[in-house]
Amino acid sequence: MPTVDFQGKQIEVDEDGYLVNLDDWTKDLGEQMAKGDGLDLTEAHWEVINFLRDYYAKYQIAPMIKILVKEIAKVMGPEKGNTKYLYELFPDGPAKQACRYAGLPKPTGCV
Amino acid sequence: MAKFTAKPAELLKIDFKTPKTDWMDTPVEIREHMYCHPSKAKDLETVGFPNIHEWKPVDENWNLPENWKETVINGIKERLQKYRSFHVFMDICVRCGACADKCHFYLGTGDPKNMPVLRAELLRSVYRKYFTTGGKIFGKTAGARELTEDVLKEIWYYYYQCTECRRCSVFCPYGIDQAEITMIGRELTNLLGLQLGWIAGPVANCYMKGNHLGLEPHTIKSNIEFMLDDIETLTGIRINPTFNRKGAEILFVTPSGDLFGVPGVYTAMGYLMLFHELGLDYTWSTYASEGGNFGFFTSNEMAKRLNSKIYAEAKRLGVKWILGGECGHMWRVLHQYMDTWNGPADFLEVPKSPITGTVFDNAKSTKMTHISEFTADLIRHGKLKLDPGRNDHLKVTFHDSCNTSRGMGMFEEPRYVIKNVCNHFYEMPENTIREKTFCCGSGTGLNASENMELRMRGGFPRANAVRYVHEQHGVNMLANICAIDRATLSASMDYWVPGVGVAGISELVANALVMKGEKERTQDLRLEPLPQKSGEKEGAENV
Repeated sequence: MPTVDFQGKQIEVDEDGYLVNLDDWTKDLGEQMAKGDGLDLTEAHWEVINFLRDYYAKYQIAPMIKILVKEIAKVMGPEKGNTKYLYELFPDGPAKQACRYAGLPKPTGCV
Repeated sequence: MAKFTAKPAELLKIDFKTPKTDWMDTPVEIREHMYCHPSKAKDLETVGFPNIHEWKPVDENWNLPENWKETVINGIKERLQKYRSFHVFMDICVRCGACADKCHFYLGTGDPKNMPVLRAELLRSVYRKYFTTGGKIFGKTAGARELTEDVLKEIWYYYYQCTECRRCSVFCPYGIDQAEITMIGRELTNLLGLQLGWIAGPVANCYMKGNHLGLEPHTIKSNIEFMLDDIETLTGIRINPTFNRKGAEILFVTPSGDLFGVPGVYTAMGYLMLFHELGLDYTWSTYASEGGNFGFFTSNEMAKRLNSKIYAEAKRLGVKWILGGECGHMWRVLHQYMDTWNGPADFLEVPKSPITGTVFDNAKSTKMTHISEFTADLIRHGKLKLDPGRNDHLKVTFHDSCNTSRGMGMFEEPRYVIKNVCNHFYEMPENTIREKTFCCGSGTGLNASENMELRMRGGFPRANAVRYVHEQHGVNMLANICAIDRATLSASMDYWVPGVGVAGISELVANALVMKGEKERTQDLRLEPLPQKSGEKEGAENV
């Protein structure tokens, strides 16, 4: 398994950089992952990431994109409740990129 | 792994020249973006798959178990005895080459080892060496070769570049079914722990939680509730479906992709609206919550284990029959394997539409009817009030899923439904539809993201036919009846034919469905403005 160096510790990740052990996640690790992609996480990013983590704690899977969009509209205002806004924040796609920074596994199957 | 960034023009520079060396002397080159990541150990442990170990496709050393060769040879032997078809397919090919240019992966890569004849030959050569007298004595002259690590790697690489779509078998004068050869080849790799992550993950999820995505009961309910909110927004009608309800007449089973992904969720909204309008006595199940079966891409035994929950749940709930949603390989499994694997389902009745009284005799043994058959029958009997004008913004073509077309011969029902709910329907060229349909390019668990070059290459022939109707008729919607299609064709359209969307048929049905007590519809299921509304406005301006 590949690892990433984080504060002197070796953290296990899969081939796409997702955490193997979800308990390894910390806010700083999320920041470091984003920096690796040349991205500085702003409050707007954290709004998404925190929602993903809360949702995961309740449902053991990332939310479907429609749920995420609606939630962001609720918190950030209706003009931001769309996939375009989410892609501006996470150019590789909210499902993939934001889940990775949030320490969530990526969904598999017919998706 | 570097990101896949190749542009369509680059991928279209396909070299169809054959290599200078004989195929046996041309070593396999395992390339990035053409294969999927290996499975995670925990997923293989969950279902008890053997020889779990760390390995990487690009590594020289795959850390194979010491007795790997013996495992493969014994594996072949066992399957030759068990599957008559496999034995016959190992013997009868005359290498006429009729299949060679019928494979979407060959057309998209130009790699001769993606010709079905040669893909089969990769395994046949090993079969000859160990199981035929000619091969044992004459070796290479008789087309036989030793099983080495390189040969195993080659089989692995190319058997996960086949989507078991069976288009080649339509053209084979002997009817050799390459899908069955690929299935056996994949079973052999599975014996050595060489499974893909994108397959093993869904298999483990399905085994533990009932569906590929790992949606738990409260998550399924919550996702459906979310869809019901949207349905209420657009129709003013609040639907209250039931879950795990004993005594329902019908159990409804669909792929979990419909409960999670876009545009699959619109298909699921379509089911919910149709069933509500009919007042159908049906139930969802949070246990039999997967119609698809990624176990089918690992071994027959695993597929059988996963599939057993459908009948088990039908029995537990005491339903009369089962209705199945829009899925591709699910129907190959249900139509051709389920009865003998998990049946006989003699506790169920032959499916009978409670609305029209039609008895689906074709499903007499499995007791499971396809949603398109069910819907087509409703329309045929005039039981649905439809306003196809609501789909007037769509110029639709239909992609036959490999498994519903070649696997169960269902060609007319989906087309009949589309033509009744849409005013603009255009067929793709004749040799790319019905039994000659081209695969989406990412079936059989190859719909991961790390193998995107393979997917786009394999998806090219289908996309090329879509591009033709897009240019000729302005087609902007690719309808289909498969959850893998909905996920993978979206990516392939964005890449090859931007501007063409992807939709399940049930979404189009629900757009057109005039429901009792609905408010005036101004939006479609995607909550986009309905076409005739803007049209009416234009008309008003003209007046």
